[in-house]
Amino acid sequence: MIAEIGLAALWLAAALAVLQMVSGAFALKAAEGEVNPLAIYARPAAVVQAFLAVLAFALLLWAFAITDLSIKLVASNSHSMKPLVYKLTGTWGNHEGSMLLWVGVLAASGGLLAAFERRLPERTMGATLAVQGFVALGFYAFLLLSSNPFERLPVPAMEGTGLNPLLQDIGLAIHPPTLYAGYVGLSVAFSLAMGALLTNQVNPAFARVLRPWVLGAWVLLTFGIAAGSYWAYYELGWGGWWFWDPVENASLMPWLAATALMHSVSVLAARDALRTWTIMLGVLAFSMSMLGTFLVRSGVLTSVHAFAVDPERGAFILVLLLLYIGGAFTIFALRAGAVAEGKRFSFSSREGALVFNNVMLSAILAIVLLGTLYPLVTEAFDVRVSVGPPYFNPASAIFAVPMFLVMAVGPLLRWKEDKPARIQFEMLMLAAVLIAVIAVTAMVGDYPFLPLLGLGLAAALALASFLPLRGRKLARVPLATWGMVLAHFGVAVSLFGMACEGAFSQERLAAVAPGGTEQVGDFSFTLQSVTPVAGPNWTALEARIAVSRDGGEPVILVPQARNFWSPQQSTSESALLTRWDGQLYAVLGNQAADGRWQIRMWWKPFVTFIWYGALLISLGGILAIVGRVRVDVKRRHASEVGEERRADLAALGAAAPVPAE
Amino acid sequence: MKAKHQRLILVVIALVAIIGAGLLAAWSLRNQANYFYLPEQMAATPPEVGQAVRLGGMVQAGSIKTEADGVTVNFMVTGNTADAIPVRYSGILPDLFVENSGVVAEGSLGPNGVFMATNLLAKHDENYVPKELEGMGTQQAAKMAADTTVGLD
Repeated sequence: MIAEIGLAALWLAAALAVLQMVSGAFALKAAEGEVNPLAIYARPAAVVQAFLAVLAFALLLWAFAITDLSIKLVASNSHSMKPLVYKLTGTWGNHEGSMLLWVGVLAASGGLLAAFERRLPERTMGATLAVQGFVALGFYAFLLLSSNPFERLPVPAMEGTGLNPLLQDIGLAIHPPTLYAGYVGLSVAFSLAMGALLTNQVNPAFARVLRPWVLGAWVLLTFGIAAGSYWAYYELGWGGWWFWDPVENASLMPWLAATALMHSVSVLAARDALRTWTIMLGVLAFSMSMLGTFLVRSGVLTSVHAFAVDPERGAFILVLLLLYIGGAFTIFALRAGAVAEGKRFSFSSREGALVFNNVMLSAILAIVLLGTLYPLVTEAFDVRVSVGPPYFNPASAIFAVPMFLVMAVGPLLRWKEDKPARIQFEMLMLAAVLIAVIAVTAMVGDYPFLPLLGLGLAAALALASFLPLRGRKLARVPLATWGMVLAHFGVAVSLFGMACEGAFSQERLAAVAPGGTEQVGDFSFTLQSVTPVAGPNWTALEARIAVSRDGGEPVILVPQARNFWSPQQSTSESALLTRWDGQLYAVLGNQAADGRWQIRMWWKPFVTFIWYGALLISLGGILAIVGRVRVDVKRRHASEVGEERRADLAALGAAAPVPAE
Repeated sequence: MKAKHQRLILVVIALVAIIGAGLLAAWSLRNQANYFYLPEQMAATPPEVGQAVRLGGMVQAGSIKTEADGVTVNFMVTGNTADAIPVRYSGILPDLFVENSGVVAEGSLGPNGVFMATNLLAKHDENYVPKELEGMGTQQAAKMAADTTVGLD
């Protein structure tokens, strides 16, 4: 019954999406200040739809939890012997399940928007909900017509075929849901942007409604990308943390667009400038999430993420992609001219710096996008290429370096207009730090150029991120400003980790006989033994390696070479030793003919700072959301109190006082 | 400055930057993209020494030799013709790296004509096959379409 209820819930939700779309569209027909009688269904439809879609996902979770092998999806992706937590995470470790998760999150955020957002005019809200319903409808159609997660098998399977072992990891529990929630949060930003554009309401009030959604989506994307990067780092056993893999790029591109959007929304909210630019970024950010979904889900890429190698599905998503993006840009082109010019500002102002970095982010986005699509394009002409770090690193650095420089001084500038001479002391100080760090490091050793530059920039940025607090009473600094400081500092921390990893990593690859000792960096490691071990659904060879730093107390590391038996696959489980100043990374390889074991060890100084930095960035984003929402709630409460007081006065017949702005 | 002018200037700056990024991308993609070579193509028109490329083919039977350090292997990769390219790789071999099976080596050609591989991709499991090796069986010779040309020009 579970499957049938789930499927019914999905069909009902799809029907409600139609209602939401139509009813929302009627809101556009209403005159200013009036409510169209047919427009009142959009909000309830969105809320009930959210409930149904989440219910469908919960039912699929349940089916995976009890391993209901009469459902095709469960039978082909799960196994009764799997640990319960991986049964649950396996729900979204496949194409259909992950699309259902996507739709569930989409509907849930639409429901939240419909239930709680009361600040926008009804017409704008109607248009927004109509667009949201339209987007949701496409994905319901995709699920129901080409990837039904609840399909039954004619005869229940005896046993499931299991889940790709690489995906049997706690990283999978975190990475996809957060990333999806981020992608989908951008869909709300997109709907709001379209709603505001259609009803000509692109103004600071709209920006304040949009901002928490963009911030939330951006925090989730940041966190999801960081989790994915850490997962790839320890699970793939290659020692790298970012491979410029198309799938990674697919998550990076929406993040770049969302970062630009978040800053431009702030300008719109605070200064009423960058109106059309904000709308365009809203469309762009969601287009990038859609493109990411297309790249990952259509099977045009071969990767651990590409569950569905089915041309029909690829074509379906491509059609959706073209429909949404094409439609959005058409509306944008038709309506953008009607958006009135915002407030002006000079180039040397905080707005100017933000615009500059917006453009830099867009340029990096273009670099990543072209590099990601290029192999797909050439393959159409039967030329097989792959594009990797030799392209992405220098090409993106050309735009990232000026961006970091402007990011250091931007927050020190005043809104609207400022003289650069006013902050010349700060600029000189930051330049001195930048040059000093690069010079000192270059004197100590011979390091590659980009990591060297990264170290200098990280130091300057770390200092610069706290400068906006100078001369202010710390207790009175708004929470949102703290968020900015923390996030900018997090960027510096991440950059520091990346640069250190690039410049100072040490590697040792050796064949070691049991009892043999080798050296990497300050560490000496001794292979004690290699023994077979067994887990719930795998067997493995496990090495015991005693590691000691500068002759200190030895620590045991146990890297494994695992063999899963359902499905048949081997993976390499690296072992990590985390110290405050870096990580030791050990991988066990094959046995050579003479009985020695291949062992690969890396000492990666400060590599963990990459992810600490990402956590700081996310935390900064969360602080900003909390700060903004608190101010909004306060403002709403204050205006309610004011209304009451005025009503009281009016009832007393006294002359109403003029409210102080 | 008039309002209209400022908007225009912003749009122009943004366009210049984006088009600049596009041109930069196009230029460096031509130089940095990692082309795929079959052994016979590499023998006929070798890439420049040190340029990052990929070499795909079959591991020749009896050619895998491990050096005394236990981690460096030398082997020959063959394609549809008699041409064989010597490959040298230091690292942990993929699990399904065996003789007569497909392999894609990432790396560059050394001055002595030996391909110095930095990474080897072998058939990983049923679901994750390097794109170039899709559909290649073990007995089957490297039957990758001969029209997988080398360069764009």
